[in-house]
Amino acid sequence: MSNDREIVVLGAGMHPWGKWGRNFVEYGVKAAQDALKDAGLAWQDVQFVAGADTIRNGYPGFVAGATFAQALGWTGARISSSYAACASGSHAIASARAQILAGLCDVALVVGADAAPKGFFAPVGGDRPDDPDWVRFHLLGATNPAYFGMYARRRIDLYGASVEDFARVKVKNARNGLANPNARYRKAFTAEDVAASPIVCDPLRLMDICATSDGAAAVVLCSKEFAARHTTDPVRISAVSTVTPTFPSALIELPDIATDSSAAVAPQESSFRASLAHAAYEEAGIGPEDLSLAEVYDLSTALELDWIEDLGICARGEAEKLLRDGATEIGGRIPVNASGGLASFGEAVPAQAIAQVCELTWQLRGEAGARQVPGARVGITANQGLFGHGSSIVVTR
Amino acid sequence: MTKDHKPVVPGWFTTSGEDFSLLGTRCTACGTVFFPRRETFCGNPACSGTEFAEVPLSRRGTVWSYTNAGYRPPAPFVSDPDVEWRPYTIVAVRLEAEGLIVLGQGAPGVGVDDLKVGDTVEIVPGVLYEDDEYVHTTWNVRPVEVRA
Repeated sequence: MSNDREIVVLGAGMHPWGKWGRNFVEYGVKAAQDALKDAGLAWQDVQFVAGADTIRNGYPGFVAGATFAQALGWTGARISSSYAACASGSHAIASARAQILAGLCDVALVVGADAAPKGFFAPVGGDRPDDPDWVRFHLLGATNPAYFGMYARRRIDLYGASVEDFARVKVKNARNGLANPNARYRKAFTAEDVAASPIVCDPLRLMDICATSDGAAAVVLCSKEFAARHTTDPVRISAVSTVTPTFPSALIELPDIATDSSAAVAPQESSFRASLAHAAYEEAGIGPEDLSLAEVYDLSTALELDWIEDLGICARGEAEKLLRDGATEIGGRIPVNASGGLASFGEAVPAQAIAQVCELTWQLRGEAGARQVPGARVGITANQGLFGHGSSIVVTR
Repeated sequence: MTKDHKPVVPGWFTTSGEDFSLLGTRCTACGTVFFPRRETFCGNPACSGTEFAEVPLSRRGTVWSYTNAGYRPPAPFVSDPDVEWRPYTIVAVRLEAEGLIVLGQGAPGVGVDDLKVGDTVEIVPGVLYEDDEYVHTTWNVRPVEVRA
């Protein structure tokens, strides 16, 4: 399963998720320092810094690469700053990987951090009818959970899913998160807790939907040649997929109020989410049958079930069965969100996709403690943001 | 004095005549329909069309999915924070002829229990909000047959 386009994750670090009330830079620096320590490298060894941007913290957030480089102390390293909504962290990883694979550097640091406001995410200010993000809020009041609610409803009406299934996802992920020192919510939830929480966007309740959090994650990436001087059994990134949808995109996606039209061109059978995973599998030369575990973007409980099918772990409409059978639990056939997922973390947008890679790194090293997936060798991440951004990363050992 | 009616975005739906409909555009080269309307370049990667004709969209479609707003959405959604929040529905409607899905708020009184994936619905005129000057108009979605 080894290929010449792989890079190595030499170090991983995080700042715990929560609502800490401090500047996002502080979180990012802590995660970066932990990742460097984990890699056994000094900050001065880093030749390239890839920042994942946040749009909620003013200008420093838009130029995250420079912001973190300055905070750690200018060294003359080269930098990039990436914004790709929820996939920002993966785009930063993709940027660093390209530098490494092109031979332009040996060692790169990728950092994403956020300090998030409470409640619904809202668009930036001003009257902007040309911006789909403004349109959906002004005309429809269609918050992010409204889209999650519509996806969840389809699972009920088409596949016979129940709200109890959705609650089961929360109960599982909360149980996993109990064993994760970086998780924000380290609390067991019962199906009754979920059922007792208020409806946000029918059929989803407050406990079905992920919160917004502060947090940071960082990885130190390097070439295989550089890694060979530090380790004999490295954790490798074998694929980074950041493909766009293909026209006509037939699924209603954030933040659009309408899909493309298939009046002239027939849509492809594969959804955007499935195509993200497909490209990752193809690049890594593996398939879903090779996976030890998956970290997917459970913005809602029901969305985790969509992702399981988009990853090809089971056929459409069968994720509930997998869940009910315990296959997605730690110790099951294919553990999903062993970290606790967004259900336990809440979303720190630019850090989240990097955090998924941190979790896979620790799992594949066997360092995940009480949430360890036994014998983990291959993991995949999946995530999706607004405006046709998404990502899927394959990590192998 | 009655307030004037003002479409929340000009040109996205008809404002006169009996047959209310959403207004999209159709690429004259490839036939792809766009809503919200496109008028400069085509979104089909295999098409270099630059001319578009306005087309009324189908008035009826089927429910692709639906949800509701259990909490008051943030600005730029307009609502009076002093008035108790009452959830409204959001419906994704599949328009067969255009091959697209469009979102709309459910008409007043339409609840999630009135809807099911696959049901036939129609797109009707609606009011988004009123201020001192205007009644701001939009489109709503309403089941064709009321569920028993």
